[in-house]
Amino acid sequence: MTKPFIAAQGVHSYYGPSHVLHGVDFRVNRGETVALMGRNGMGKSTLLKSLLGIVKPRDGEVRVGGTVMTGRPTSRIVRMGIAYVPEGRGIFPSLTVREHLLMVARRGAEGRRDWDYHRVLETFPRLAERLDNFGHHLSGGEQQMLSIGRALMTNPELLILDEATEGLAPLIRREIWRVIAAIKQTGIATVIVDKNAHVLLDLADRHVILVKGTVAYDGHADALKANPEILERTIGL
Amino acid sequence: MSVWFILIQVLNGIQYGLLLFLVASGLTLIFGLMGIINLAHGSFYMLGAYLAYWLTGATGSFALAIVLAIPLAAVVGLVLEAGLLRTLYRRSHLDQVLLTYGLILIFNEGQRLLWGGDVHSVAIPELLTGSVRLTETLSYPVYRLWVSLVCLALAGAMYLVIQRTRFGMLIRAGACDRDMVAALGIDVKLLFAAVFAAGTVLAAVSGAIAAPLSSVGPGMGDTVLILCFVVVVIGGVGNIKGTFFGALLIGLADTFGKVLIPDLASFMVYAVMAAVLLWKPRGLFA
Repeated sequence: MTKPFIAAQGVHSYYGPSHVLHGVDFRVNRGETVALMGRNGMGKSTLLKSLLGIVKPRDGEVRVGGTVMTGRPTSRIVRMGIAYVPEGRGIFPSLTVREHLLMVARRGAEGRRDWDYHRVLETFPRLAERLDNFGHHLSGGEQQMLSIGRALMTNPELLILDEATEGLAPLIRREIWRVIAAIKQTGIATVIVDKNAHVLLDLADRHVILVKGTVAYDGHADALKANPEILERTIGL
Repeated sequence: MSVWFILIQVLNGIQYGLLLFLVASGLTLIFGLMGIINLAHGSFYMLGAYLAYWLTGATGSFALAIVLAIPLAAVVGLVLEAGLLRTLYRRSHLDQVLLTYGLILIFNEGQRLLWGGDVHSVAIPELLTGSVRLTETLSYPVYRLWVSLVCLALAGAMYLVIQRTRFGMLIRAGACDRDMVAALGIDVKLLFAAVFAAGTVLAAVSGAIAAPLSSVGPGMGDTVLILCFVVVVIGGVGNIKGTFFGALLIGLADTFGKVLIPDLASFMVYAVMAAVLLWKPRGLFA
């Protein structure tokens, strides 16, 4: 069995006073694409934030590359090779496209430099046309491309995408999915949260479904396709 | 009133404004990035002036005194940030004001213990003692011109750092969304500490180079602090460009107020502030 790159075990997290995650086990292997699914309010974003240390788990353990990282500062956890594309995209209004990319450029594990400024701009030609525009002048789709491009500039082992295509026009969505598929081909592991379950069924290697802060399903796409009643029961599809 | 006399006042006003800018820029950066209202910022200015006085006496060289004051001020800034202010980042402004007001008292008492209550002066270094003759009777001191040039050079350097370097990009990004900056793998604590130390050094250097122009005495930080808050409000909180022009405006208003209507001099600055706020409530460039 391959060793997971990131693994959460028995994680309990709170959002303010409410108990959101009730002992969640979650792992992502190196190079694996995992779809994290579930209805709104089931704990998907909280689980991602717990992995990143943005939300500190009250109980349980998060390991990155085998090292226990529970409760460590977010910047330390992220530096182990994780890039985060948050819901809402996290673009800085007063920085230009160029600055977003250059600000975080760094080598990955073992000095890997697969992704640099030029490759990101090749991947997203739209960004190349808008290098001197400020964050708040970009469309939603451009912001999402920039958020993904910025994430790639850190040469991550694992890319976390929360609401990958939310609020985007169909054409832009297709573009984002194309890029995510291309990223998958390069061997970067990804965790994807998105409303579009059908795309995820084809794209992801494994599917994890959260219901009320616990894992209701964890398995491969084929098993999920063969048993559509699971999706119907858990996310109402 | 001759043209030359007005020119001299304009130069004085600009020089004072540039000095205020150096102090206020740290104040506004720290507020913009970390959300900290630091009332002790004026004390850093006083610290710089006293360090200049003390180190010039100890080493015999004003230049050396400034060079030594820089790391000392940085250490003071780092210790205060790590020891006290760091605990207040997510607290209310009232808590911050209480703590930093307490720091003013401690700084003032420390100053009295170390250097006493007397007013001291620092000699202008020999190289810069001359003056530029303007007319038969009027001349302008070289040292004041030098202070203006140093302030301009530092302002230019600050602009380049903030606009062109990665450190500057992180400062601007952190002022928008510090959690996102952390999620990109940046140690925000380290970033805050560096900016706080830089702000402390800027205020201290301002105090040090101003020392030969004014006397070095108790309470000298308080006047500067109040004027700096006026500048920050006029410029728009966290806005460096606004702070620059706000500082020039206040420097000129203060200087001309003292010359033209001495009775109302202390009122001039606030009249200008009120006028600006009526015209642009969120600052000059908002």
